[in-house]
Amino acid sequence: MSGAAQSDGATLTKTKDVAPGEVLLKVTGLQKHFPIRKGLLQRQAGAVRAVDGLDFEVRSGETLGVVGESGCGKSTMGRLITRLLEPTAGTVEFEGRDITHLGVSAMRPLRRDVQMIFQDPYSSLNPRHTIGTIVGAPFKLQGVTPEGGVKKEVQRLLSVVGLNPEHYNRYPHEFSGGQRQRIGIARALALNPKLVVADEPVSALDVSIQAQVVNLLDDLQEELGLTYVIIAHDLSVVRHVSDRIAVMYLGKIVELADRDSLYKAPMHPYTKALMSAVPIPDPRRRTAKSERILLKGDVPSPIAPPSGCRFHTRCWKATETCRTTEPPLLELKPGQRVACHHPENFEDQAPQDTVLLTAAKEAAELVADEVLAESAETSAALAAETSGTEPEETAEPVTKKAETAPEPEPEPDEPDDK
Amino acid sequence: MTELSKTGAAVGEPVAASPAPTAFLEVRDLRVHFPTDDGLVKSVDGLSFSLEKGKTLGIVGESGSGKSVTSLGIMGLHTAGQYGRRKAQISGEIWLDGTELLSADPDHVRRLRGREMAMIFQDPLSALHPYYTIGQQIVEAYRTHHDVDKKTAKRRAVEMLDRVGIPQPDKRVDSYPHEFSGGMRQRAMIAMSLVNNPELLIADEPTTALDVTVQAQILDLIRDLQKEFGSAVIVITHDLGVVAELSDDILVMYGGRCVERGPAEEVFYEPRHPYTWGLLGSMPRLDRDQQERLIPVKGSPPSLINVPSGCAFNPRCPYADVPKDNITRTVRPELTEVGSRHWAACHMTQEQRERIWTEEIAPKL
Repeated sequence: MSGAAQSDGATLTKTKDVAPGEVLLKVTGLQKHFPIRKGLLQRQAGAVRAVDGLDFEVRSGETLGVVGESGCGKSTMGRLITRLLEPTAGTVEFEGRDITHLGVSAMRPLRRDVQMIFQDPYSSLNPRHTIGTIVGAPFKLQGVTPEGGVKKEVQRLLSVVGLNPEHYNRYPHEFSGGQRQRIGIARALALNPKLVVADEPVSALDVSIQAQVVNLLDDLQEELGLTYVIIAHDLSVVRHVSDRIAVMYLGKIVELADRDSLYKAPMHPYTKALMSAVPIPDPRRRTAKSERILLKGDVPSPIAPPSGCRFHTRCWKATETCRTTEPPLLELKPGQRVACHHPENFEDQAPQDTVLLTAAKEAAELVADEVLAESAETSAALAAETSGTEPEETAEPVTKKAETAPEPEPEPDEPDDK
Repeated sequence: MTELSKTGAAVGEPVAASPAPTAFLEVRDLRVHFPTDDGLVKSVDGLSFSLEKGKTLGIVGESGSGKSVTSLGIMGLHTAGQYGRRKAQISGEIWLDGTELLSADPDHVRRLRGREMAMIFQDPLSALHPYYTIGQQIVEAYRTHHDVDKKTAKRRAVEMLDRVGIPQPDKRVDSYPHEFSGGMRQRAMIAMSLVNNPELLIADEPTTALDVTVQAQILDLIRDLQKEFGSAVIVITHDLGVVAELSDDILVMYGGRCVERGPAEEVFYEPRHPYTWGLLGSMPRLDRDQQERLIPVKGSPPSLINVPSGCAFNPRCPYADVPKDNITRTVRPELTEVGSRHWAACHMTQEQRERIWTEEIAPKL
């Protein structure tokens, strides 16, 4: 089916103001707090801090993948950058223009350039409208008459996404899940957008269909020079489609890096844990439990996120600094930004701080000894390598940590554990 | 269309017809059909397998392949429920520890259900009753099968919650399901299904609704509990990763039938059915180098009302024309042995499949 996309896709005209590789979308300090109201007077009793300070940019022609567990704010982020939601603070710049607080009518011309593909192909298509009406709606709303008329254009779009153009008059219920997702994609492509935000585009689909849609998105990007922001929880899908990946945890980006650096040498402990948790479809690797990091408990509530580093309650490396000071998102390696005091595969950022928190001691029990030893080794090696700042001092605490953590009976922990 | 096609009725796996199975669980030629206005939905159409105690069988397939219907069939939940005023038509044999369940007295099956065989459902929020506390629900499950007072049962509930890793079980036993997070609810449901030490545990998509980090916790828990209780486990999922993680044997379902079945390693490393190849090729993998392109299976899963004639997979199979005389479109392939304890249902010869796998498929994965 993706073959059809290849043959007809070339006929879509490319319109581009931003050269590939230049910043198309820039987000600074983006926040979205949903107020919780209580009582008769509906006074604000608190807020769900769904997105709490994001900084990133999306370059033209690339795919930015956003991963994270449910409730980390990735979908809210998607709705903020498409301006389906109004940010609480921060700015969103599209092609250098501040669109943060544009009103509905001021946003309308921009809607052509920013489109969205939704997760659920069952609820995102109006069951009472035919496919022709659904895919043709963007033209009607924008008052655009494409060359050759709306019907012809819609049929062309249908063939671009690998559907039969003769199905123009059918209703959504006559299509399977994968086909419906293609309809959603055709609708998003109707106005030649520059940026397509796809929120979990394949998670509702069967495995064999998932691959079809992933390949279709790939082909369309190549042919139309699209820029994608793909939000997903499935790390293997995200790796497959993305050029750069942002890992979110409780409303913040904890790591933002090139795909290969991120998957080969994750620096944030959360990224590492998240990747190790993915079940590997290989029965021979099953016994290799040593590679797995089991995180304890669930993601804390975004209503009252933990102080300091938000991951400190589940991290096996957490120290006092982590509880008190929030780590900034720093570019520690070229193209790899991390928000962590004690990153993996890198020099420790807070070497003087060696006392592990109780939470970390508990968490360390769930981390295989090999992982701890290995991370201590690489950190120590890297620290020695980049020995700009007192190598002894940096190397020592790291190894000490490795010693205390995996021991079966760490004497000083006992009172804390009870 | 609405007639049960008896002609194609052959036992999938060569088992003797004598009614004394040696395996702990043995399913023979199970068929579950639902009459609907549009026609007969053949959700499961001739499925056979067996499972020993202490072993795990993973059933993989896409939505609508009959995985869940099979598990509900084993639990005997189809006959009780009615679908649009018409009952499901079930035939075949299900032997659990020497008892045939389909012909057994419903009261007897009810006594077994929950005690001998238990089930973990996909969505714990809809499987748990919102109106009762977690404790009350576990106590009820325990007291249905054990003649004990409420206090003892509650102690048992706390013990089980503790065992599945719920912190402060003595307090949380009085919580309502909505007060639990997704992962904790799933743990509570596992506690409830294990409270009677069942010998057969069926987990239907046990981690699909959970995040990866929580999924890893739950998979770990299921594995540990199985070791501890020595029960037979059936894991139903669409995620090959989960199956690889837990199963000793794997059964791949397509269009209501088993297309391939064998030890986990064989199915992953020496798969002998084009559909299994398709599943393996569709999946982006974290443990390998970046693939250039995924190799999807074309088309979509068949409608169970109108299963394609011949091999159900033939419209989507890239190799449908390899066997001669259009046989893939006219004759339904039966499971044939392709290795030790390894069966596949395909018209291509062993040699053809071995060649295609080693030369065309495996290098691209």
